[in-house]
Amino acid sequence: MEKRFGLVLIAGLALSGCAGGPQSAEPGGFNDPMEGVNRKVHGFNKGVDTLLFKAGPGQPRSIDNGFTRAVSHAGANLSLPGKVVNSLLQGRPEPAVKNTFRFVINSTIGLAGLFDPAGTSFALPEQDTDFGETLAVWGMGEGAYVELPVYGPSTARDAVGRVVDIAMNPVGSVLEGADATAASATRVAGKVADRKRFGGVIESVLYDSADSYAQSRLLYLQMRRHQLAGKENDDAQAWDPYEDPYAQ
Amino acid sequence: MHRPGTLMKTPMRSDRRHLLLGGAAALVAAVVLRPGAALALTEDQAKALIDKAVTDVNAAIASGKTGQALYTMFEDLYMRYADVPTIARSVLGTASRTASPAQMQAFTLAFRGYVSRKYGKRFREFSATRFEVVGARKVKTFIEVKSIAYMPGEAPFEVLWHVSDKSGKNLFFNMIIEGVNMLAAERTEIGAMIDARRGNLDQLIADLKTAQ
Repeated sequence: MEKRFGLVLIAGLALSGCAGGPQSAEPGGFNDPMEGVNRKVHGFNKGVDTLLFKAGPGQPRSIDNGFTRAVSHAGANLSLPGKVVNSLLQGRPEPAVKNTFRFVINSTIGLAGLFDPAGTSFALPEQDTDFGETLAVWGMGEGAYVELPVYGPSTARDAVGRVVDIAMNPVGSVLEGADATAASATRVAGKVADRKRFGGVIESVLYDSADSYAQSRLLYLQMRRHQLAGKENDDAQAWDPYEDPYAQ
Repeated sequence: MHRPGTLMKTPMRSDRRHLLLGGAAALVAAVVLRPGAALALTEDQAKALIDKAVTDVNAAIASGKTGQALYTMFEDLYMRYADVPTIARSVLGTASRTASPAQMQAFTLAFRGYVSRKYGKRFREFSATRFEVVGARKVKTFIEVKSIAYMPGEAPFEVLWHVSDKSGKNLFFNMIIEGVNMLAAERTEIGAMIDARRGNLDQLIADLKTAQ
């Protein structure tokens, strides 16, 4: 396990080195030297989504009910130990402690994570993080924008983080055999449930936008930078249409 | 905007030149004094505006109306609380430089309806959400109002509102949900629509009237 983790990390660092170019394009902008390839992957991803998830005509795009929520919670619950590890790697004990309590509460009285008493009764909502954020805290630049097959919008740094998160998954290293498979299946099911729960937003971007690739790229980078910085942007980048309505 | 014309129409017998000079002086005064006047917007006023806007949006959702009736309510609220002409001009980007005043007006009107339909649909998903205005601060030439959205079963998230009085009224011109900047998102969308129509603004305006 440790060896695998080390290998992935080295491969990842090498890959992000290759990403090269300006590590972070102009603030608020994007660095997308592989746009041609990315657009092809986007087309593929859209095809997969249309085939598997897209709501039929007249059907509701969002399905947010007790069932999809339970599946989503169960999947997200299994990602908590990994988030605790990442918070610790980032030197942030507070979210690590919160997520630990959340995991204990929801795994027990929340019936293996199907319910979310930690969030609803204990004011312990999920503290979201991942290895991509850990790399950012460690000082790695964002790298180029990439759209990954199936997984979707990402950056060179986040793609590395993604691979490391899968490899170091603490739940997978504790469980064995059928249990490990069940845990993985639950996490995938949780992602599918999320796709349907937030179908309204996702499908409006994918199927209603004039350029769904450009729109996904913009939304992903903005949300991700906001999450990592803990704030929108610095004030110098704020849009002020009154300064120069044309230049914005 | 600053209506030097009203001054020029004042019935006066004196020579035309005097009148013109007076009009020009009024215009210069209006333009020069404007930046000073723009600072009049206080953080509390901006917060109060957003508080009212959020209350009215919640009331519209709670009205039980759906479809076009709800979108019409949103369009009214959008006109009341947002600086739509400035938003439309910013979203149109460089294309607004070559647009005629008539095209700008038609685009602003079409954009207003499009935004009401598009975000009207989204707002319905926020129906059980409670917004709490938690603070305001000055950024550049405007005020940023910070609100927290509490959605049942979700981690609370941040919604920022950018408010300015540069239009002559206190209005918001941008909304940032968890880092997603509405002006930037719509600039991308409208830009892609213009590209798809090879820069034909009239075609864009026609299509925007029915776009979701």
